Amino acid sequence: MAVRIATPARSEPQFSTQPLSADLEVRIRKRFSNPEGSFNLNVHFRALAGFTIVFGASGAGKTTLLDCIAGLTDPDQGRIAVGGEDLYDSEKNRNVAAWKRRIGYVHQDLALFPHLTAEENVAYGLRSLGALERQTRTGDMLQAFRIDRLRDRRPAQISGGERQRVALARALVTEPRALLLDEPLAALDRPTKSLLVGDLRQWNQHHRVPILFVTHNGEEVFALGNEVIMLDAGRIVAQGQPHEVMHAPHLETVAQLSGFENIFDATVLALHETRGTMRCRLGTGEMELETPLVRAEVGSCLRVGVRAGDLLLATEEPHGLSARNILSGTIRRLVQRDVIIAAIVDCGGAEFDVHLTLAARDALELVPGKAVWLVVKTHSCHLLAM
Amino acid sequence: MNWEAFWLTVRLAGIVSTLLIAIGIPIAYWLTYSRWRWKFLIEAAVALPIVLPPTVLGFYVLVALGSRSPLGRWWESITGHTLAFTFEGLAIGSLVYSLPFAVQPFAASFGAVDAALLRASASLGHSPVQTFRRIVLPLSKAGLVTGFALSFAHTLGEFGVVLMVGGNIPGVTRTISIDIYDQVQTANYSSANQTALLLLLISFLVLSMVYGVNRHPWVVVPWR
Repeated sequence: MAVRIATPARSEPQFSTQPLSADLEVRIRKRFSNPEGSFNLNVHFRALAGFTIVFGASGAGKTTLLDCIAGLTDPDQGRIAVGGEDLYDSEKNRNVAAWKRRIGYVHQDLALFPHLTAEENVAYGLRSLGALERQTRTGDMLQAFRIDRLRDRRPAQISGGERQRVALARALVTEPRALLLDEPLAALDRPTKSLLVGDLRQWNQHHRVPILFVTHNGEEVFALGNEVIMLDAGRIVAQGQPHEVMHAPHLETVAQLSGFENIFDATVLALHETRGTMRCRLGTGEMELETPLVRAEVGSCLRVGVRAGDLLLATEEPHGLSARNILSGTIRRLVQRDVIIAAIVDCGGAEFDVHLTLAARDALELVPGKAVWLVVKTHSCHLLAM
Repeated sequence: MNWEAFWLTVRLAGIVSTLLIAIGIPIAYWLTYSRWRWKFLIEAAVALPIVLPPTVLGFYVLVALGSRSPLGRWWESITGHTLAFTFEGLAIGSLVYSLPFAVQPFAASFGAVDAALLRASASLGHSPVQTFRRIVLPLSKAGLVTGFALSFAHTLGEFGVVLMVGGNIPGVTRTISIDIYDQVQTANYSSANQTALLLLLISFLVLSMVYGVNRHPWVVVPWR
């Protein structure tokens, strides 16, 4: 039952409460194609109430996965269940139609109905309710998502962020058993995004349903995730809490996805078990790095990943630093990306991508050809299996 | 100016184009959403009246309505008279003749509705038929108006099929284009001119309406 809120607080969004605790179980195979070829989506996971981030590059099979759960496309085989109820089971020949699944799905395109007002869009999924209850629930949801004043406008007459709110409200008002969000924040600026995420969190505190949130933006993973599932070419390559998956990657695909701009082949030179570190030589050059200790033998080959934002750059040789790696090099190029300067620094054969602010570039008078030193903390070096 | 023939023709065109809305929407729905591999054969059959000489079409309709065909016999057993050379027979012939002019604009506008909207509607608990009623039909208004207007105008000006199926019975099957032909045959040029001009004006008006409603179709996804 929806709870009518007499005087809704201005700052705190209010939601009707209907505790629906149910987890989402997915074990499916499905052949799918993307521009790079044909892949097998082959996943098996269980999503509990709360946010589960599905993270992966485009073409990894994220949207195919959501379409299968929503019933908009059929898996080749497997089982999908919400709260113990089978929605799809190839063994039992069971396949519940999309419109009977009660799974909310907000697609990246939003797909608002252009001929209906914001209010009619939100009320659309409440077809089976009586007029009064439909009106009450729609009104509450419009208020909770701060789109009350747009109720009579059509989608073409409101802004992108407002459309996103209408699309979310339209899916949530039906009180779905699970929620699928396919990059719903992709088009939003950061303040709008965090406001919307706040409202979504608030809603889910009351409803406790599994929310699969698809993104290829690493930042959103940390902002939202209880649990991250990393997809690559249709397979789950990592799964766990955001810091586990994103900060300690074990596979190179993970590393590239989670933003290691610098990835080098390395050979283990020496192990310092007592200090918890080891020395590695980068590539075939002279350059050596001190890295955290991993289980490896002297002479074995690994990969080292370093984030461009974790590197310090100095124009004089630094002294008295705790960082163990100070590498001398020369600036090859400076590339401006939005408000970040990417400095490509050649350190004896290994090229590092270093991210700096515009102010740092100007203060240090950085130009190509200038001699610089890079400072790399031991724990900024992430070791990846090959 | 033969007003009897004029009003008979308007009545015929009005009945035919209204019936074609009812008949054309289910056919267009099926043509748009069916995944049957032989669908193209039905599409070709629906489009046949566009290319077929009206006399050929009229001939087959006449045969189908005659007392030797099951349809003709069935009609005769209820009403006591044959379908050929009656207003009802003329209406049936015109339905077939104008079918593609209704079905094709309908199907084109149904197919132009963004599939993402249909998927969203399904996720919001609407069955395919409910989705069709609440999303596809309202977004296909322009196509529906076009199909109605084109089949109206097309029926208004038909000649060959009318002559084959209906003959030339004043007040029953004599339509305006046959009237013009008669007037020319009797060298009554000024009357023929008046009638022809009226038909020309109505056709122009109808087509203006078609292009007018299609000037601002619903913008389905304006933000893409």
